[in-house]
Amino acid sequence: MIEFEQVTKTYPGGSVAVEGFSLVVPSHRTVALVGSSGSGKTTLLRMVNRMVEPTSGRVLIDDQDVQDRDPVELRRSIGYVLQAGGLLPHRTVLDNVATVLRLNHVTRQAARARAAEMLERVGLDPALGSRYPGQLSGGQQQRVGVARALVPDPNILLMDEPFGAVDPIVRRELQDELARLQTELGKTIVFVTHDVDEAFRLGDEVVVLRERAAIAQQGTPSDILAAPADEFVHDFVGAGRAERVLHTQTIGGRLVAVDGTGLPVGVLES
Amino acid sequence: MTWLSLNWPHVIDLARAHLLLSVPAILLSVVIAVPVGRLAYRHPRVGGPLLGAASLLYAIPALPLLIVIPALLGTPLRSATTMIVALTVYGVALLVRTAADAFTAVDDHTRGAAVAVGHSPLAVFWQVDLPLAFPVLLSGVRVVTVSTIGLVTIGALIGVSSLGTLLTDGFQRSIPAEVTTGVIATVLLALLLDGLLLLTGRVAAPWTRAARPARGTAVTA
Ligand SMILES: Nc1ncnc2c1ncn2[C@@H]1O[C@H](COP(=O)(O)OP(=O)(O)OP(=O)(O)O)[C@@H](O)[C@H]1O
Ligand SMILES: [Mg+2]
Repeated sequence: MIEFEQVTKTYPGGSVAVEGFSLVVPSHRTVALVGSSGSGKTTLLRMVNRMVEPTSGRVLIDDQDVQDRDPVELRRSIGYVLQAGGLLPHRTVLDNVATVLRLNHVTRQAARARAAEMLERVGLDPALGSRYPGQLSGGQQQRVGVARALVPDPNILLMDEPFGAVDPIVRRELQDELARLQTELGKTIVFVTHDVDEAFRLGDEVVVLRERAAIAQQGTPSDILAAPADEFVHDFVGAGRAERVLHTQTIGGRLVAVDGTGLPVGVLES
Repeated sequence: MTWLSLNWPHVIDLARAHLLLSVPAILLSVVIAVPVGRLAYRHPRVGGPLLGAASLLYAIPALPLLIVIPALLGTPLRSATTMIVALTVYGVALLVRTAADAFTAVDDHTRGAAVAVGHSPLAVFWQVDLPLAFPVLLSGVRVVTVSTIGLVTIGALIGVSSLGTLLTDGFQRSIPAEVTTGVIATVLLALLLDGLLLLTGRVAAPWTRAARPARGTAVTA
């Protein structure tokens, strides 16, 4: 369980990235933080692994203040998928994935074996293991980033727009794969995105953020879609968007769901 | 050619002496300049003046330096130690700025990512900073190597044997073949070491060749 307690972060120079943020992320659940650029999402994530220190307030993991943990040990215990890959360009894909195991003194051979297994689990050809990150496509690099975070089997996974740099089709593929992995692994995931559909698809719970990480609404995807708290959330999640507003038509004796543009999107079964 | 065919064992001996002076000096230059360069990168306020001062060392003329060193360190005037210290001074002067640049050129995002996944400060240095700075560092070391091999010949003027001895001796005794041999042997030695370093770079930094140039960014050698 991760708890943010009245967390505020003011960066040197006075820019307030996060103000009075409180949230509980229950164990084995995925909480998706969604908000526009600059709303403080990355700052929130980085306060969990002490890459950023809060100006005030506390972040707790299983009731322990992260401030009381050794930062290096803390980071090794948390899987972190960075916003822009963050792979080491001079290490092969396999060694990138094995990095944290090696830092934890797992032997090279054992670390590589587990890394190779993980590559397969995230849907990468193990033959790619001997390449360098610069020789991979954006989508492949993202998968390597996910594999690197997963391989030490951390309880907590921080994911910062992990699928940001790929086209919509690959993005959808990666989302499905993460969802599948999560049903197997049951990690505590904080997932940051500015894509509402992605947040709805992956989050057990979704937190919509305004500037300074002010919580506009928090709830399950259906809660939020059914009853947006205010105008901001309504617009942000696109509750009024034509493709979100469905109605039914009876065609050939069957109920067909049609969206606001008149496009049939599916058949209703009773 | 006849001169060489008669004297080649002597030339080989001098070449060995030449290497015994230059290789330790090159290694010492690296061992000193890399930490200083890294310090300059980490603390630019101290680093700027430090780099300026270090580079100025290169402006000290060789002969006075060879006299000052024994006076300061108490080493014998005509000794390998004096020579190696002098060569190291020049090597460091040449290398510090490149070393600082090499660390500056390491992508901050990559460094930050390494910290974020749990590298300790020491691990960041050895496993991230140093290997990523390596290609630029190596280019600096190649310059130092060639320069050092050339500078060693000056030692002959104070009586420290090296291939430079062929030059002084050849001039004094008017044997052009000896002078020519000295020049060519020195150049060959420099080329040989430079080639070895080039090869080391290829083997030790395979990612630099493997990397596909990223779209829209300049390709660096
Ligand atoms: N190191 C820093 N120094 C100063 N200001 C910063 C720093 N990092 C972030 N900020 C500011 O804090 C605010 C929040 O930044 P943050 O990176 O957390 O946003 P984000 O929600 O992750 O945005 P994006 O979706 O673009 O990644 C922004 O206004 C940003 O300019
Ligand atoms: Mg961000």
